[in-house]
Amino acid sequence: METNKVLDAKGLACPMPIVKTKKAMNEIESGQILEIHATDKGAKNDLTAWAKSGGHEIIKHEEENDILKFWIKKG
Amino acid sequence: MAITRMNSAEVTKKVFNKEQLFILDVRNENDFQDWKIEGENFEYLNIPYFELLDGVEGILDKIPTEKPVLVVCAKEGSSIMVAEMLSDAGMAVSYLEGGMKAWSEHLEPVKIGDLKDGGEIYQFVRIGKGCLSYMVVSNGEAAIIDATRMTHLYLEFAESIGAKINHVFDTHLHADHISGGRKIAEKAGATYWLPPKDATEVTFAYEPLVDGKDVEIGKVNINIHALYTPGHTIGSTSFIVDGTYLLSGDILFIDSIGRPDLAGLAQDWVGDLRESLYKRYKDLSEDLIVLPAHFMIIDELNEDGSVSEKLGALYRKNHGLKIEDENEFRKMVTENLPPQPNAYQEIRETNMGKINPDDEKQREMEIGPNRCAVR
Repeated sequence: METNKVLDAKGLACPMPIVKTKKAMNEIESGQILEIHATDKGAKNDLTAWAKSGGHEIIKHEEENDILKFWIKKG
Repeated sequence: MAITRMNSAEVTKKVFNKEQLFILDVRNENDFQDWKIEGENFEYLNIPYFELLDGVEGILDKIPTEKPVLVVCAKEGSSIMVAEMLSDAGMAVSYLEGGMKAWSEHLEPVKIGDLKDGGEIYQFVRIGKGCLSYMVVSNGEAAIIDATRMTHLYLEFAESIGAKINHVFDTHLHADHISGGRKIAEKAGATYWLPPKDATEVTFAYEPLVDGKDVEIGKVNINIHALYTPGHTIGSTSFIVDGTYLLSGDILFIDSIGRPDLAGLAQDWVGDLRESLYKRYKDLSEDLIVLPAHFMIIDELNEDGSVSEKLGALYRKNHGLKIEDENEFRKMVTENLPPQPNAYQEIRETNMGKINPDDEKQREMEIGPNRCAVR
C-alpha cells in the first residue's frame, strides 16, 4: 500500500498517539494515507472513534509483536 | 488555577455520602455508555478528549462552577491534559488519579457487624465494578470469601487487624472477575476451597467445598456452613456465617437474581436456579442477612455504603423471587439477557488456572460492569 507519511507513536501513552496523529494529518492532503505505529492498546478504539468523528477512514489495521499499525486515509 | 488530583477512595466517599459531583468523562462514547462512575447525585458530560484537542472553549458554558468537577479518562493521561486546559481557562477542576483503571480496582472495606461470640464480618466493596467480597474475623483468625485479584489489599487489611488468614473460599467459579483466592491462599499458607462441581477443569489442588460442610474460624468457633445452591453455576455454594449471615454468591442479589447462562448451559440450569431460590433459600430463616457477591446499581447500597438486606425483605421486594409461574421464570432468566461480561470465557479459564495472563491483560479483561444478574 502506498503510504504518504509514517508516524512512529510507539511507547507513547494516551493522549499522545492521537495528539501526534492529528498533527501529522494536518501535514498531508485529503485522500493521502498516514501510517501509524503505536503500542498503547487504547489507541485502537480511540483512533477508530477519532477517525470517524473527523471524517477520515481507517483502511487497514494490523497487530504485530505488540505493535499496532494503522493506515488512515485523510477525509 | 491549579488542578488537583482526586483518588478513587475520595470519589467513593462522595458516592457513599451522596455528595454532588460533576463528571467530565473524556473517554469514547461507547466506553462511557458501557460503564461509568455511578453516584446518586453525580452529573455527567461525555466528550471524548480527542474532540477537545483544539481547545475547551466550546464546553466551558456546560461545566458548572458551583460544584466540584472531576475529569475522568481510561488511565489518567487524557484527563490531566483536559483538566489543564480547563484550568488555563480559569476553572478549578480535579482529575481522577489512575483513571477508570484505578476506579475498577478500588476496594472499600465496610464493617457489616459483630459476630455473636466476638469477631467481625467485613464487606469489601469494589465500587467501580460492583463486586463484593468478605472477610470473617474471629480471635486472630480470618476467612476470605470471593476475593478479587487485588490480593495485597486483603493481606494488608488482615495484617492491620492482627488476623491470620486460614481459609479462602470462592462460592463458585467466577466469570466476571479474576479470583484472587488461590493467590491469597498461597501467600498466607491458607486452605483454598472451591465447589468441586465448578472445579472439574481446574489445574491446581483445592479443598472440595460440599453441602453441609462446616469450617470453623477462630477459637470461638465461628461456623461457616456450606449450602449447595446451584443455578448461576452448577457448583454455586452459599454460606451461612455464625447463623446470621447468608453469603449468597451470585445466586441472589438485592434487587436481582443470578443469571444461569455464563457457562453456556442456561436451559439446563434454570431448574436448579428455581429450586435454589424458591425452595432451598425459602426454607431458611427470614432473619438471615443476605450478603451477595455483587451489586448492579448504586441504589442497592445502604447508607453506610454496604450492600445487605434481610432474606425476608428480599422475598417481599425482589422481583426475581416473586414469579409464581415456572414458565414465566424460565423465560425471564433465559431470554433477553443483558450482554455477557467482558472476556467472560477467558476469565473463567484464568480462574481454572488454564491460562495465566499478565497483570495488564487481566486488568483489560475485567474492564466494564459485572453483569452477573437478571432483573
